Amino acid sequence: MEAVDHSHWSPLLGRLWWDALPQEPIVLATFVVVALGGAALVAGLTYFKLWGYLWKEWFTSVDHKKIGVMYMILGLIMFLRGFADAVMMRIQQSIAFNGNDGYLTAHHYDQVFTAHGVIMIFFVAMPFVTGLMNYVVPLQIGARDVSFPFLNNFSFWMTTAGAVLVMASLFIGEFAQTGWLAYPPLSNLAYSPWVGVDYYIWALQIAGVGTLLSGVNLIATIVKLRAPGMAMMRMPIFTWTALCTNVLIVAAFPVLTAVMAMLSVDRYLGFNFFSNDFGGSPMMYVNLIWIWGHPEVYILILPLFGVFSEVTATFCGKRLFGYSSMVYATLVITILSYLVWLHHFFTMGSGASVNSFFGITTMVISIPTGAKLFNWLFTMYRGRIRFELPMMWTVAFMMTFTIGGMTGVLLAVPPADFVLHNSLFLIAHFHNVIIGGVLFGIFAAINFWWPKAFGFKLNQFWGKVSFWLWVPGFWFAFMPLYILGLMGVTRRMRVFDDPSLQPFFIVAAFGALMIAGGIGAMLVQFAVSIWKREELKDETGDPWNGRTLEWSTSSPPPEYNFAFTPIVHDIDAWDDMKRCGVERPTSGFRPIHMPKSTGAGIILAGISTALGFAMIWYIWWLAAVSFLGIIGYAIFHTFNYKRDYHIPVETVEATEAERTRQLAAVGA
Amino acid sequence: MRPPESRPKPRHPSALAKIVAALSLTGALTACNSVVLSPSGDVAQQQGDLVVTSTLLMLIIILPVMAATAFFAWHYRASNKEARYDPHWDHSTQLELLIWAAPLLIIICLGAITWVSTHLLDPYRTIGRIDAATAVPADAKPLEVEVVALDWKWLFIYPEQGVATVNELVVPTNRPLQFKITSSSVMNSFFVPAMAGQIYAMPGMETRLHAVINHPGEFIGFSANYSGAGFSHMRFATHAVTDAGFDQWAQGVKAGGQANAGTLDRAAYLQLEKPSEKVPVMRFASVSPDLYNAILNMCVEPGKMCMSDMMAIDARGGLGKEGIRNVQMLAYDRGGRQAAAQATANPTAAMQRELAWVRALCRQNPGSAPDHTIKAPASPRVLSGAGLSEPQSAPIFSHGQEALAAPAQTPAHPTQISRN
Repeated sequence: MEAVDHSHWSPLLGRLWWDALPQEPIVLATFVVVALGGAALVAGLTYFKLWGYLWKEWFTSVDHKKIGVMYMILGLIMFLRGFADAVMMRIQQSIAFNGNDGYLTAHHYDQVFTAHGVIMIFFVAMPFVTGLMNYVVPLQIGARDVSFPFLNNFSFWMTTAGAVLVMASLFIGEFAQTGWLAYPPLSNLAYSPWVGVDYYIWALQIAGVGTLLSGVNLIATIVKLRAPGMAMMRMPIFTWTALCTNVLIVAAFPVLTAVMAMLSVDRYLGFNFFSNDFGGSPMMYVNLIWIWGHPEVYILILPLFGVFSEVTATFCGKRLFGYSSMVYATLVITILSYLVWLHHFFTMGSGASVNSFFGITTMVISIPTGAKLFNWLFTMYRGRIRFELPMMWTVAFMMTFTIGGMTGVLLAVPPADFVLHNSLFLIAHFHNVIIGGVLFGIFAAINFWWPKAFGFKLNQFWGKVSFWLWVPGFWFAFMPLYILGLMGVTRRMRVFDDPSLQPFFIVAAFGALMIAGGIGAMLVQFAVSIWKREELKDETGDPWNGRTLEWSTSSPPPEYNFAFTPIVHDIDAWDDMKRCGVERPTSGFRPIHMPKSTGAGIILAGISTALGFAMIWYIWWLAAVSFLGIIGYAIFHTFNYKRDYHIPVETVEATEAERTRQLAAVGA
Repeated sequence: MRPPESRPKPRHPSALAKIVAALSLTGALTACNSVVLSPSGDVAQQQGDLVVTSTLLMLIIILPVMAATAFFAWHYRASNKEARYDPHWDHSTQLELLIWAAPLLIIICLGAITWVSTHLLDPYRTIGRIDAATAVPADAKPLEVEVVALDWKWLFIYPEQGVATVNELVVPTNRPLQFKITSSSVMNSFFVPAMAGQIYAMPGMETRLHAVINHPGEFIGFSANYSGAGFSHMRFATHAVTDAGFDQWAQGVKAGGQANAGTLDRAAYLQLEKPSEKVPVMRFASVSPDLYNAILNMCVEPGKMCMSDMMAIDARGGLGKEGIRNVQMLAYDRGGRQAAAQATANPTAAMQRELAWVRALCRQNPGSAPDHTIKAPASPRVLSGAGLSEPQSAPIFSHGQEALAAPAQTPAHPTQISRN
């Protein structure tokens, strides 16, 4: 263990001192590469004079579609970082045998697994899911934007601010070495004295503001902005799952904010909520954080359940089997997800009655989840299944997630959990559901909605290469972990003393290598598709013979989404319109009232990043200045009265005429 | 698990051979090497059996679903024009009933198994049987071991034998074992997979584990909850030996044999608890009798107030303004532990008086805690639920009940409750 003295403090720079710069060679090399890459990117953007374009068209945009795309890009970038952490762990664990200490010190390795968890949940899965909801929900309900477009931009940038702090921790100082939920007393000042846990706290707090506000926004959007005729029981399933997810976000994230706030006052002000002193209780932290943490996993998976429902119905060319039962299953999961959190700490000494209660409520969740699976199954039954990429991912999900669900129910049996808790079996289980459910769902969604967002399909060949590397790669990476768990191997180990375990870790590393190939193929897929976008072009706006309203407009949709708000008569509104032969209006357009772009979101988030950084490094003057800056700028923004504008009728007419020509050209 | 001593010297097969070996192991062979599914202690055995039972029960529904998924995906592919296509078929009440009822039935079965097994295998409950065929004799006294998770090693205190060890647990086979578990600084989890499931070790709190080991041998034990930089090396060997072998071993430690580290008193403990890694086995020939309680109550250091005392004061409504005099005696993490604060390391006469005053106020032994052990049912027929008269976990509102049941001398408050 290192006993590095980090006690230096100066009024100007706080705890920030030369010792905060990268010390370990691996981090130093990464730093150099990232710095050079970043410099090249900045130079490129400057050379091609793209800053103005980015600022005007993207960064300050309040268009839900652009914000949705930016969320997806953020998720993708952070995914590469999180996956790099995963590869580092797989390499370390596959070589640290027979007295070999591996290539990572405890200080580095412990940061890697903490960062991996934090990044993958908060800055990969959450942006992906939020991005999808942002892009698709308003289109699916026939709205022109979300309820609070500026808030949406602000939410995105706050999430990004959190991600920026996590990335900064890689090169300035350190990240937490506590595991992704930072249990005290380990995360308290006495045992984690330097900046790692503070990075964790502030990244989550700032990103949490974004997540919470985006939840409020999407609930308001779904409740208030649905097209006429779209009763609740006519909403597309994806919109339903988005609604439930955002209800979960709004109910769960304040708990995270509160528990992080309590941990911060423990660390900053000498409180004793979770310390060993003065009757503080670390168990209370574990309890509270899982009250957020368990709903969080449903926040992640529910929207993807929605994606699979849309994809299955579309590619089977058939109405979704059991729409109402799907809706009720979603609602039941939403409610039950609040009644199970204790299953994360059966081993903390709860009584048998308490443990069995939470074990059984956990199992009960598998009933609505099972019902959903059956519904997809019977949607395929008597369907005509086109195995395009989204459908391939869906079938892979159904096969993979079933196993993950089964091992999850197994872990819900408390005595079984006593032998499997914190083991690699648990790791395999939750990767089985998060990769097999959330990630496969995101890939299905990207392949499904990409043509809508950009007007051309994704290349199928590279998509298939990616698929066939990912799916077997996943099993190679995690099947050994299931077995190792049954062999009594625990998680977060840096070195091993039993050489018979090594082959399993080598297989797991091989699986990670295949997954790396899958990710590479996906990036190639994006690149090739953009390169050959003319060949892959879709001008119909409805490349998959879709069923919901987003397919009724052009691809990419105009800024205002729909020139006239559609009127809904049935579930699968667009399918219904196609069958009834509804004519697309070509005249009678009127000016469209739209929200105006504003830089307030990115500026406020930028100052918040400075506030977080100042708090992390004890730079009190900067913390005070940036805190006042946030308040001041927010007040200043309230005096900005130029918040909306009208798209002139000529522009709408021209856009729609172009669309008419486009449709006539493809003979639709 | 793997008895390392009987293991042949590690060979170094090529990476390819290793991969092939691992792949071939993936199947049936797994069970042979799996300490979770084939352990050496009866409790772990029942837990492992439960893993298998639950899995089989769930496969009843999982396998048909997976088979149907594969079949439907293949049969209803677009290119198969033979398959019936019915784009408007989206509802069937019978099927809906089936798809909700079938998982429900499985969960009812699994729920029943869960309720019964969770109570019977509650780590706080004394074991009811030595193995599937043998009930615990009525007069059997469990061997008590006090376990302390330190940064980053394990301390085992044998109060009956008056000895202690570090990173070595020796227990007799076929004798009920009772572990009292705590931690000095952060959360850990005490886990000997071959013996029984794990339970967290937490500072200032005590958890319990009851178990038995049926087969002699050497087994691995470790912390199953990440606890900081030295976590990977926080492992210990567990030796299960015969009764006679155990007595002989305990005598040997008492006599100051191999790896003798002398007496474990408060001063030695304060040295020992300082963070260290890869600590070799240490054996203490004698232990201060009140040490474990002092560790549990975080008052090993002279000048610290025991948590039990603080709780006694709190239970009486605190001390009002008087109470703020003694904060230094209560700080454990900060100042107190890493670098012993002057005031507490060398308590002044005034502080000594303060502590004496606290003790007088509490009129109790430091660390006297209610016993949350639950008596096991007599019948060894586990999982059938026989002998399980009613749920017997610790009462949630133990406060009032303890007060009713407790004699006047013991504190009228629960201490170190890690039970909820």
